[in-house]
Amino acid sequence: MDTMSPIERALRAVALTLVVVFFMFPIFWIFLMSFQTNETILSIPPSIVFSPTLSNYAALITGKLQTAAGTLDIAFMRNLGNSIFLSVTSVAVALVLGVPAAYAFARHKFKGSEDIAFTLLSFRFAPPLLVLLPLTQYFQWLGLSNTYFGLIWVYQLICLPLILWIVRGYFEDISADVEYAYRIAGHSWFATFRKIALPLAGPGIAAAGLLAFIFAWNNFVFALVLASADKQPVTVGALAFITSSGIQYGQIASAIVLSVTPTLALALYAQRYLVEGLSLGAVKG
Amino acid sequence: MTTLHLQNIVKRYKSQTVLDDLSLDVANGERLVLFGPSGAGKTVLLRLVAGVIEPDEGRVLIGGEDMTDVDAEHRGVGMAFQNFALFPHMSAFDNIASPLTATRSSKDAITAGVQKVAKLLKIDHVLSHHPKALSNGQKQRTALARALVGSPPLLLLDDPLRNVDAKLRFEMRLELPRLLAAQGATVVYVTQDYKEAMALGDRIAVMSQGRIRQIGTPQQIYNAPADIEIARLFGDPTINLLDVVPQKSGDGVFVELSNVRVRLSDYDGDVSGKSCVLGLRPEAIVFVDASAPGAIPVTVEAETPLNEKTVTLAMTARGREILVSRPAGTPGPTAGPAHIAVNGAQAFLFDKASGRLLPRADMESKRNGEAA
Repeated sequence: MDTMSPIERALRAVALTLVVVFFMFPIFWIFLMSFQTNETILSIPPSIVFSPTLSNYAALITGKLQTAAGTLDIAFMRNLGNSIFLSVTSVAVALVLGVPAAYAFARHKFKGSEDIAFTLLSFRFAPPLLVLLPLTQYFQWLGLSNTYFGLIWVYQLICLPLILWIVRGYFEDISADVEYAYRIAGHSWFATFRKIALPLAGPGIAAAGLLAFIFAWNNFVFALVLASADKQPVTVGALAFITSSGIQYGQIASAIVLSVTPTLALALYAQRYLVEGLSLGAVKG
Repeated sequence: MTTLHLQNIVKRYKSQTVLDDLSLDVANGERLVLFGPSGAGKTVLLRLVAGVIEPDEGRVLIGGEDMTDVDAEHRGVGMAFQNFALFPHMSAFDNIASPLTATRSSKDAITAGVQKVAKLLKIDHVLSHHPKALSNGQKQRTALARALVGSPPLLLLDDPLRNVDAKLRFEMRLELPRLLAAQGATVVYVTQDYKEAMALGDRIAVMSQGRIRQIGTPQQIYNAPADIEIARLFGDPTINLLDVVPQKSGDGVFVELSNVRVRLSDYDGDVSGKSCVLGLRPEAIVFVDASAPGAIPVTVEAETPLNEKTVTLAMTARGREILVSRPAGTPGPTAGPAHIAVNGAQAFLFDKASGRLLPRADMESKRNGEAA
């Protein structure tokens, strides 16, 4: 790095700036849009100079949307609540089921274990639409459509394979000798799982949980088909802004800002765990 | 009384047989060293005794009880791993205390137990550190302390000195026998270092390819290695191995080295005419004057001074290389032509085809015969 000439350094800076601008600009623009009215957003040419307004956020939070055609009720806050409830519960269920399963797959090579693990992963290969039609029918028969229970169940298709496969890798990275040593010291396999395997794979479990949360949060199509308005998350709820009197860009932008905030905050908070998780290899003998 | 009894143990991984019908007894309070090259199955055997690997066939008895199907946590053995296997998220104290917490001892008893063993191993000042903050030597002592703290009747040590530097290894080699003796436990100790095996073992079991090739006291193995491979593994510098065909004469059996007859006083006529390999420890050969009886002409090629001895590489007239060892500081040739003499009484004869040590003539009957 020290040997770089000033020209190289300048070029590198320019290249990095371009990349950052390319990826960050849409987010920045959405952020600006969320403080504008539909009129200023749609004015040509667009301008960065405008008088900011909180009316979009006010409309979302009060649930009253003023349009040219009159006042519309929107359920954005409810959608946000649904998103949080669905994602948190789904990830919690997936962790409770997936972490012990990951441990079993990592430590015990039983007959067909690879096949089972691979089948679980294959849920991630199939496009959701492929399973959606039969799933809709099943859910109607079972009375699960438009229930939180049904949605959380379907969300396991997203969360469980992710957690299973990521956490399995972390368990496999723990030296078997460390666990043997704890067993030989006189502790049961369950105590070994709880006191050795879980803490050592902790950063990996946190990372997997975070990823699963983001995937669950961003899911659109399952909730669109399997839930009606009162159970829908923000991803589907945002459709309500396409109204008969036009698309409410300002509200969409502020809805996006609000719905991105929880995941962003979580990712920033979990960043150090993610980094720790990646350097887990250091515990190996 | 035997503390450990292994009976016809077989362990296979896929198609590979790692332990092949292996049986072994370790007496109460004995220190048995499992010695052998890597891949011989030593570590697998140790883990099988600890209970973290199950044998495909055979039985494991500890203290007279059949433990074959008993889980590791109920076997009551202590074990130290080659790679230490410390719990990285616990302090040295908690690492050492882990066998005590399993038995639900009181807090005071745990603290007292850990302090005692830590003091013994001189790590009482680093008990609050995590393994990451420990030096290699401290890690190794922590791992040993963890194995010792519960005073297990059977202690399994898997090459605990492998991953520490030479100075520490030397220190521990001196310290360990005292420590283990104080513990009074039966010990199974795995090593690849023959010096460690000789220093620590009451008996040594030499393993190779999943079998025990020879078992005996360090002296028995050094003085009568069962086959060429064992002879080669024991001893530094390595034993000299020369193809010979022993012949019989009036006063016994001899071999010819560079046309000089060397009498093998320990062997009788049975070996004559056989294709053999002569094993000569470097210390069984001395430099002599040309006029000495049995002097063999050689050319000195190189000399390596080791601390306590000097090793010379010499070439015989027929171009065979011979290592000669003598105590450091004693005179000897450094280059050019010289003469050696071989102490035939310290030589071994191996069957060339099978590699097995050929039986020596019964010393007792020979001595009796001479007396009569």
